[in-house]
Amino acid sequence: MVFTSTPSEKSDLLEKSAIQGRSLWDDARARLLRNKAAVASMIVLGILVLLAFAGPFLWIHDSGEIYRDRVQIPPTLENWHIFGTDAQGRDLFARTMVGLRMSLLVGVVATAVSLVIGVVWGATAGFLGGRVDQIMMRIVDVLYALPFIFFVIILMVVFGRNIILIFVAIGAVEWLTMARIVRGQTISLRAMEFVEAAQAAGVSQSAIIRRHIVPNVLGPVVVYVTLTIPVVILAESFLSFLGLGVQEPLTSLGNLIASGARDMEIANWTLLFPAATMMLTLFCFNFIGDGLRDAIDPKDR
Amino acid sequence: MIGYIARRLLVAVPTVLVVITVAFFMMRIAPGGPFDLEQPMPEQIRQNILAAYGMDQPVWKQYLDYLAGLASGDLGPSLKFRDKDVADIIAEGFPVSATIGLLSIALALMVGSLLGSIAALRQNTSADFGVVGFATVGIVIPPFVVGPVLSLVVGIYLGWLPSGGLDPRLGMTVDRLILPVATLALPQIAIISRLMRASMIEVLRSNYIRTARAKGLSAGTVIVRHAMRSAILPLVSYIGPAAAALLTGSIVIEQVFSLPGIGRQFVFAALQRDYTVVMGVVILYASLIILLNLVADLLYAALNPKVKYD
Repeated sequence: MVFTSTPSEKSDLLEKSAIQGRSLWDDARARLLRNKAAVASMIVLGILVLLAFAGPFLWIHDSGEIYRDRVQIPPTLENWHIFGTDAQGRDLFARTMVGLRMSLLVGVVATAVSLVIGVVWGATAGFLGGRVDQIMMRIVDVLYALPFIFFVIILMVVFGRNIILIFVAIGAVEWLTMARIVRGQTISLRAMEFVEAAQAAGVSQSAIIRRHIVPNVLGPVVVYVTLTIPVVILAESFLSFLGLGVQEPLTSLGNLIASGARDMEIANWTLLFPAATMMLTLFCFNFIGDGLRDAIDPKDR
Repeated sequence: MIGYIARRLLVAVPTVLVVITVAFFMMRIAPGGPFDLEQPMPEQIRQNILAAYGMDQPVWKQYLDYLAGLASGDLGPSLKFRDKDVADIIAEGFPVSATIGLLSIALALMVGSLLGSIAALRQNTSADFGVVGFATVGIVIPPFVVGPVLSLVVGIYLGWLPSGGLDPRLGMTVDRLILPVATLALPQIAIISRLMRASMIEVLRSNYIRTARAKGLSAGTVIVRHAMRSAILPLVSYIGPAAAALLTGSIVIEQVFSLPGIGRQFVFAALQRDYTVVMGVVILYASLIILLNLVADLLYAALNPKVKYD
């Protein structure tokens, strides 16, 4: 093929390959889509998100509606109590959807809080370097060693259990690893040959940031975000289980599991369905996170 | 080496001080106090009680008094249990929490490193997939689900083990510790087996293992004498985080299995605004975590000749 091609064809090929050059993200997407567990998880998670956010409006039972004559009935197709009802006579399927919505919200918002703090802290330390970097990372080291969840518990007790505080408190606990990752990336990127090469080749500063710096910092950050969301969901459930998280009439999966655990001897479905929903959600996030890591950072496999 | 330990302990002092300060002032900002009852008490009595605990002083004075007390090893009296000091309450709960924690970490280390090694040695076989799958499940299922489900199935449906609570007359008996310890250890088994698998795979590929095999050493000797030793290093540096996770986990475990441990006392005290007990537990936990991190680093240096502290 190469031997028979005329010079014009050759330059044609060159041009084509330049235009169709696959970016880092195209490669990553292709790798991710080949990962069956990750794809399946994305589909399942999509369904769960739909159920959590649209489900409560479409479902025939309202999550707050109390059926006095149908207290703690096991799952049945009669009246469509497919997950049964709880100790107050509320439809468990509706409550599970609402609880899942709260857990997903906490997961995303608190992770965003940790993302902002972590990226700002880590990037500052990495860019400034030297003494500032030393002091900032020393602080992170010290904070790592603290029993943070205790402070969250104290916070919850002290300032009452409002949702905003849950978002901020959990986010403020989970930023440490993010800061370390971002700092490490920033420092190593500054000294990378391909950044120097791009500079030598006369690529503009903004193009270097866009094509080389951002994708390389973004990769690990995206992966870590996906893996932080389940951790945050767990942390919120942990607080709710202790009675320190989301308060009635709002509910979260942690709340539902806590009350299910209290009633499990007489109504095990009130524990099992919310617990299974939570596990399914966390599984999805973990598989997607692992898949993303393999896709974005193939050398780490 | 001794200089290194001294410096680490020196850094630990301001760290603990920060913990004390933050916890102290956070508790004081809280609306409501330890002496708020359902019925308001006469102002004079209230003043007398506050004075008895030194709480009529300005906050900064209380803070300094508290630090002075700490320096002489006094954690102060409980504000809720009139006849108990914080030290008494910790002395009651700590043995329970420590027993569960130590048993769990021991179990997790043994089972986790065994599973991880098996998975690494049989990489990409069904045994490997089984371990990896189990590890994923163990990380994803929170202890507050495992605990209730285990006590429901094993304790109530099967009736093999008592389902909850220590019998105050018998204390900690083996049958009542099995479920809490297993529940607390499960996520740690999962994490440790993952760590062990990854590092074992890495080590087995290294040159010196090939050399050891080329020398004609038996597979067992290669694994036990050469591979294990360096494969276990990442586990050592995991001791610090593991300790923190176990302490946190034990709060839930004690709640689920109604064990009279220190984590349960902490939540109870926080809800009751028992300032001194909350402070005492936080200080204890922070010191423990700092100490365990130091021990982990020293162990790491002892096992890894490449690392030298001086």
